[in-house]
Amino acid sequence: MGRLECINLTKVYEDHRTALDNVSFSVESKGIFGLIGRNGAGKTTLIRILATELEPTSGSAYIDGIDVFSQAGKLRERIAIVPQEARAVRWMTPKQTVFSYLLWRGYPYKEADRLADESLSKLGLVPYRDVLNSKLSGGTKRKVLIATVTASEAPIIFLDEPTMGLDPISRRELWDILRELGKSRFIFLTTHYLDEAEQLADKIGILKEGKLISVGNLSELRSSVRYQYSIKLSSKKEVPKTGDAEVTVSSSGYTQIMTNEKEAFRLARLFSEQGIKFSITPVTLDDIFFRLAGQKAGDETEA
Amino acid sequence: MRLKRSRFSQILAGILVNAIYEMKNYPIVTISTVISPLSLLAVVAFVSSGDLLGTAIAGGLIMIFFSSGIALQSDLSHLKNDFKLQDMIVSSPTSAKMYMAGMSLAEIIYSIPGIVILSVLAAVYIQPNLIQIAILTAVLFLMFALSIAIGFMLATLSSDVVQSYAFSRLLSLLFATLPPVYYPITLVPYPFNYLAYLSPTTYAAEIMHWTIGALELSSTHLIIDWAVLIGACVVIMFIAVKKSRWREV
Repeated sequence: MGRLECINLTKVYEDHRTALDNVSFSVESKGIFGLIGRNGAGKTTLIRILATELEPTSGSAYIDGIDVFSQAGKLRERIAIVPQEARAVRWMTPKQTVFSYLLWRGYPYKEADRLADESLSKLGLVPYRDVLNSKLSGGTKRKVLIATVTASEAPIIFLDEPTMGLDPISRRELWDILRELGKSRFIFLTTHYLDEAEQLADKIGILKEGKLISVGNLSELRSSVRYQYSIKLSSKKEVPKTGDAEVTVSSSGYTQIMTNEKEAFRLARLFSEQGIKFSITPVTLDDIFFRLAGQKAGDETEA
Repeated sequence: MRLKRSRFSQILAGILVNAIYEMKNYPIVTISTVISPLSLLAVVAFVSSGDLLGTAIAGGLIMIFFSSGIALQSDLSHLKNDFKLQDMIVSSPTSAKMYMAGMSLAEIIYSIPGIVILSVLAAVYIQPNLIQIAILTAVLFLMFALSIAIGFMLATLSSDVVQSYAFSRLLSLLFATLPPVYYPITLVPYPFNYLAYLSPTTYAAEIMHWTIGALELSSTHLIIDWAVLIGACVVIMFIAVKKSRWREV
């Protein structure tokens, strides 16, 4: 089984800003890997380095045993990327967009033509095949870009913020597409939508200010924080004395109690007896992120 | 099974994206590429009562080939910064050479309508023989190579498309419109004639004007013109290759 390995990756830009600081991790190169972090955390820098667009200041990285830096040419045969803020060229149609990308990858004309049609069909873009990209909706344009890279044979796809700026329905449509893709290829995506990472990713990495602070699947990340359950009270209530727990009151008015399983169920029984409305859930990626990245719960809606 | 990649496909992609699709989907852009060189040609021809028509046709060809290369700068910058296309291509099996070859040829193809019109005019009014055609072609090739090198170098360094378009227009103005390209340098008064020699297009125009018999030049002057033109082309291409960036650092 192949792996993606980063060893002490560091990137310091010319303006002396450290975008990545000794990032090291290793994950299997299969399924979907989600990299989360706030704006400026270093997600785009890391994905650009791994996609051979940007040279690191120091450190090394390997994908399926291929050195990202000394064997960039070999790796480029196996990767494709949709960069952050990439847009479908407006004077082209979806068919022309996918077709020309395949030609760039060196496909013979007829093969590129066939694969372009096949990819557009898979993503439900046939009705828009010959419509100018400039006339498509934001969600459809993004699908065109996904169709472009997935039309190729590349088994490793990098997607930098693939759903940024999309409406909730378009986002969910794209999630379905990405889930399907993740079954046959390795998808490395960055996002600042925590629900997206939670819904899609088999493994998640959390970047904070250029440092990787945690990597794992959701249950591994849950176990990396002190508390595994979250109780939310819809209004500011007098919270009874708790055992091992952390209580926060958000600026939007709800109270959150993070605690362990035993204490969570004790409190739940207590609130039920007192007729207090509450919800109880295992900690979400939001909770984990805010704990690990040092944010106050509820003070931010996105990471 | 390993895909046998076609270099022809990789070059064709650049031509399609940077020329054919734009011309096909927005035919109006073709008209603007024709009007620019023809409008100056018309002005010079009318003002000189037709005496400088041959000179202006040669100037129009220089302007088309030089502007084509310079347009590469803004086109590459546009595709790189606004659409992130170059990032997608860097992370693919396409090499910088194939990308550049396709994009450069696209610029010439984009200008074909103008080149055809000027070539027909040249055939009718200048009636060059085969040797003259060979010299004119060589000069235009050098002009294009020089401007492509300038365009590529500037595009890889630029991160702002508005700046790129402004710069592109400025370069065309400074090197193709202002210098004595549409008319002979003998019409430029002192001391501006010396300033004109700061532009490589002046040397190209002198060779072309001499070739069609519109300008008298000594052998030494002609050799200097060729030397400067070839030298500038080699130096700027060398700088372009050294300075331009494919993978960022």
